[in-house]
Amino acid sequence: MSCFKGKYADELIANATYIGTPGKGILAADESTGTIGKRLSSIGVENSESNRRALRELLFCTPGALQYCSGIILFEETLYQKTAAGKPFVEIMKENKVLPGIKVDKGTVELAGTNGETTTTGLDGLGQRCAQYYEAGARFAKWRAVLKISANEPSQLSINENAYGLARYAMICQENGLVPIVEPEILVDGPHDINKCADVTERVLAACYKALNDHHVLLEGTLLKPNMVTPGSDSKKVAPEVVAEYTVRALLRTMPAAVPAVVFLSGGQSEEEATVNLNAINKVQGKKPWSLTFSFGRALQQSTLKAWAGKEENVKKAQEVFLARCKANSEATLGKYQGGAAAEGATESLHIKDYKY
Amino acid sequence: MSAFVGKYADELIKNAKYIATPGKGILAADESTGTIGKRLSSINVENIESNRQALRELLFTTPNALPYLSGVILFEETLYQKTADGKPFVDVLLEANVLPGIKVDKGVVDLAGTNGETTTQGFDGLGARCAAFYKAGARFAKWRAVFKIGATEPSELSIQQNAQGLARYAIICQENGLVPIVEPEILTDGSHDIKKCAYASEMVLAAVYKALNEQHVLLEGTLLKPNMVTPGSDSPKVTPEVIAEYTVTTLRRTVPAAVPGIVFLSGGQSEEEATVNLNAMNKLEVLKPWTLSFSFGRALQASTLKIWGGKAENVEAAQANFLARCKANSEATLGKYGGDGAGGLASESLYVKGYKY
Repeated sequence: MSCFKGKYADELIANATYIGTPGKGILAADESTGTIGKRLSSIGVENSESNRRALRELLFCTPGALQYCSGIILFEETLYQKTAAGKPFVEIMKENKVLPGIKVDKGTVELAGTNGETTTTGLDGLGQRCAQYYEAGARFAKWRAVLKISANEPSQLSINENAYGLARYAMICQENGLVPIVEPEILVDGPHDINKCADVTERVLAACYKALNDHHVLLEGTLLKPNMVTPGSDSKKVAPEVVAEYTVRALLRTMPAAVPAVVFLSGGQSEEEATVNLNAINKVQGKKPWSLTFSFGRALQQSTLKAWAGKEENVKKAQEVFLARCKANSEATLGKYQGGAAAEGATESLHIKDYKY
Repeated sequence: MSAFVGKYADELIKNAKYIATPGKGILAADESTGTIGKRLSSINVENIESNRQALRELLFTTPNALPYLSGVILFEETLYQKTADGKPFVDVLLEANVLPGIKVDKGVVDLAGTNGETTTQGFDGLGARCAAFYKAGARFAKWRAVFKIGATEPSELSIQQNAQGLARYAIICQENGLVPIVEPEILTDGSHDIKKCAYASEMVLAAVYKALNEQHVLLEGTLLKPNMVTPGSDSPKVTPEVIAEYTVTTLRRTVPAAVPGIVFLSGGQSEEEATVNLNAMNKLEVLKPWTLSFSFGRALQASTLKIWGGKAENVEAAQANFLARCKANSEATLGKYGGDGAGGLASESLYVKGYKY
């Protein structure tokens, strides 16, 4: 075969498959220090290490929530943090059969000569970092490539750079025992319609899978974290069934069946929107040879964050809100979500123009 | 979406899906005049039009055989031929719900500077030819690209040229109402093992699907005709189960689920070998999002040809033999072949070194 099968091959395949378990998905809690700072400041909370730790403890220790999570993506700092009682977060996850994941990219930089397009950095010393993270308990990784839609975008350069960057990252992860989540996010910003988004998504995904093949990546030991196919943020909304149809079709045309699961990003969708769309995706009739689940950050945490507001006395209530969102998304992966998990703020759009992590 | 959706889109999707019906497959009866001449001379029959007509009539009018076929690929001459009674072959096929197909390539030429690698010709006026064939009743087409495995083969040039050529042919077909069968045949010649074949097959198929995406081909309206993944002709044989596993793994890693069906070529395999291998693939317990069927030439006709020997008095026996092979392969597409078609002529290898069509 053309893929590289190193010493971690069987483990990679088992872990990638596990993450796609029906009824489970990923909590993306890997906000960098800068980004989590913006979230904390939105609820009037200081961006200190103990507050960052307190938020994550709130989430990871919500009674009954971890059963809905097959994985949690962490920022480096969090990988080494503990509960107030002194128990490593990684251990809590392990006990609850949740695979710890780690964000390994170092953000984006602009591609000179383009109209604000970017490439993602983080390849230097990546192998050693991955090996260390594996030692610390991580079993999957995440790297976010960003593309945008406009008159001349995404450019061929942007597509090639980002696809080959993702492939290189993926290979290095696999050499070091981490399942790579391949994330080619096409931003929702713009007035384009859903057809344009589908066209771009299909071209980007085709480029990604060609690059992964060129780099000998073992597809059975990877996951894809794409955007759903939707109209642009300045364009008229469409029904969830339409989003679902276009999204599944784009994947059927580009993603080989060897990939065990798709873990959608939520982009700027509100919590409820993201869940309802995921549910519609799982209700689409026809071929879907991979699991279709979630890897949500804002769409799992937003209303929980508001309910907490940094106050100890709000923890229980915040945890209830979080549990409800986890359960809702779990049901959505089975096409069984009936609605009604919306707490205050769950329908609030989380779109921020030209969002920077 | 990135695919070209022209006026024939719905029809292409419908026809491709029909050809992929479980229990049915394709008879490849598109031997050019030169090639069929070799076949006829092997049974001491003169290569004249009436003999070519007689052979094809024998096959197409075999009682009860056509229900096992969803399509028959024809050479141009045959598309316009009739039975001895004056009934157009195209009508015979259409009445039995068999789609007529047409070979549209014009053979291979060497790629200068390579070690005997080739590219396929036939682009000039292809659109107009396809339109004329559609008028004459054809509903699908075939174009054969050839690769070989060697120390430095397949080369990057050969892969690029042939993948782009297949993609260009495919879109021209779709513009003119013909479902393109995409055939990237990697010859079995050589002493390489099955892993090497898998490696080459994955590289070639990844390049083919990237090219199809670039050329805006509607995958739902195409079929793939690949080689099975096997050891080289000068290498020790392996069991059908091993061939099945390697072949299906290769396809799962490269062929998007939007493609409705995969119709294998038989290469130099004996009739029985080809059937048994196809059967093993359909018995494999793994998710296969496309149907796995046959597009056999020699592996459906070889023993029938011998039994006929060009003599009218042998027609009945030859037809009974042909029916048996069609039935056997139909069962193989359902993983239900019991092996009762083995023995004698059916087990004779059809391998010819450096085979030229």
